[in-house]
Amino acid sequence: MSAVLQIEGLEAGYVRDLPILRQVNLTLKQGSLTTIIGPNGAGKSTLIKAIAGIVPISAGRVVLNGRDITGIRPDEMAPLGLAYVPQTDNIFRTLTIAQNLALVLRRLPDRAARLRELLDTFPPLAEKLDDRAGALSGGQRQMLAVAMALATRPTVMLMDEPSAGLSPKIAAEVLDLTRSLTATGVSILLVEQNVKQALRVADHCYILAEGRNRLDGPADQILSDPEVAAIYLGGRRVGAA
Amino acid sequence: MIGLISYLAFFATMAGILAIAVLGLNLQWGHTGLFNGGVVAFFGAGAYGTMLLGGPPEPGQFGGFALPYVVALGGGILIAGVVAWIVGLLTLRLRHDYLAIATFGVAVAFENVTRNADWLTGGARGLRGFPRPLEAAIGDTFLYGLFFLGLVLAVLLAVYLGLERLVNSPYGRVLRAIREDEVSARSVGKNPTRLRLESFVIGSMIMGAAGGLYVSFYAFVSPQDLAPILTFQIWAMLIVGGAGNNRGAILGAFLIWGAWTLSGFALSRFAPDAMQLYTGSIQYILIGVVIVGMLMWRPQGLLPERVTKTIYQKGAKKGSVIINKEVI
Ligand SMILES: Nc1ncnc2c1ncn2[C@@H]1O[C@H](COP(=O)(O)OP(=O)(O)OP(=O)(O)O)[C@@H](O)[C@H]1O
Ligand SMILES: [Mg+2]
Repeated sequence: MSAVLQIEGLEAGYVRDLPILRQVNLTLKQGSLTTIIGPNGAGKSTLIKAIAGIVPISAGRVVLNGRDITGIRPDEMAPLGLAYVPQTDNIFRTLTIAQNLALVLRRLPDRAARLRELLDTFPPLAEKLDDRAGALSGGQRQMLAVAMALATRPTVMLMDEPSAGLSPKIAAEVLDLTRSLTATGVSILLVEQNVKQALRVADHCYILAEGRNRLDGPADQILSDPEVAAIYLGGRRVGAA
Repeated sequence: MIGLISYLAFFATMAGILAIAVLGLNLQWGHTGLFNGGVVAFFGAGAYGTMLLGGPPEPGQFGGFALPYVVALGGGILIAGVVAWIVGLLTLRLRHDYLAIATFGVAVAFENVTRNADWLTGGARGLRGFPRPLEAAIGDTFLYGLFFLGLVLAVLLAVYLGLERLVNSPYGRVLRAIREDEVSARSVGKNPTRLRLESFVIGSMIMGAAGGLYVSFYAFVSPQDLAPILTFQIWAMLIVGGAGNNRGAILGAFLIWGAWTLSGFALSRFAPDAMQLYTGSIQYILIGVVIVGMLMWRPQGLLPERVTKTIYQKGAKKGSVIINKEVI
């Protein structure tokens, strides 16, 4: 399997000379679901935002499908095949579902057909097309956010804690849905707090702590790693937070 | 009877001119979330611009190009656009309240320039205007009042229809997305910086058109016409009518202008003599009370923003879906 997204020696942060991420390396393989876990404040969201072009990068590079996209403006990412689902504020609440989807479908020549496909994939959205997105339930909101990210047929999708704030049952559904999306060919980089659930659906896992790579490996190995189990699946807290 | 009709025409002319400015503000604030606290500067740029281009030459005074009316008004609108473009480049990085303060400052600076740059603006004296369009041809004052009202309402209608088209188009949808969340708009591939500037410039040109009509009606402009209260009146109109709804903007303009006129009349008529000096201040307080009261009890305004329905149209161009009567 080839890499669709390659991150090499990435340094990034919100303030000049104060990098949050230090020398982060990561590879996302074609068609895989790779999860990033780590304590609060580890820099998971920062990493996703740096890839998406929202947080400035001070060193290292981001390569998407063989093309260096380091430092490209976020609004130029979507046409290159990179979609980003933010942790919060990932839909436009005052617009209707239809308008939210229309925003991202705009540039597609086959937008009507694509809209139908999306509504077939996410039936609850089809029933509420003319409702304001702010009136959706938490799970439906994530669904809309994912549908918007998928609309332009990205090759890589970055998702920041799609299960945050959802009940365990709905969270599991959202993660199952995420897993099923890889069947359509999209490769997904998924940040999760919900470690057990994330490892259940992921192929590969990276653990981030204090802005650095801590550990990585196939999800099932990480799941059975005693140290990881003690830190993330047991009760003990890491000092990194 | 003729006196009453003539007065009503005068009232509606003023309300209609203000409604045009409110529509401009509605594009900026209602649809794009740009808190323009300096409406009067763009109204004024259109007003002075129209005057300089269309007015008669005067010794020692810049301007007085005596251009045909349509050219003068169009030029005034363009000047308002250029001023907005420069102000926008400088201030649109600011958010909400900061943008409001910066643009308010611009309006104060603008008024000061008009007061002091005698060579350009005639200073405190102001600028004497040009004969009103077609006034000589129509002759009769009463008929002319109706004609000018017709002109104002025609411009108002054109601006309304144009804006309805714009805000219900994909472009308008992006503006509302930016209004809600710029970072998210960016991450779905939009460029908020450019779109905010465009919306600001278009809205300000509409305000400039209102200013141009205003000075051609009075055939005179002076810094007195650019008092900060005008900005607040226009804001009150939008808030009362309903930000995000163009019909609300027009309704608000007529209601608030009616209330303003009536309160002025009532105060001058019934307020005790000792209070007569302060009737203007009382009106200021009333405007403030209306804004605050509305924001507390009905922040969405009398005609709230509408949720538009998606229409899937059978005969639409292949591969298109109609949303808001618009192809997505
Ligand atoms: N907008 C910001 N400006 C400055 N510093 C920030 C900003 N956002 C996050 N940080 C800092 O960057 C570090 C990493 O934050 P980040 O949000 O990436 O963590 P995270 O791993 O996503 O945590 P969580 O699991 O809580 O979402 C933290 O120390 C945080 O304080
Ligand atoms: Mg986070």
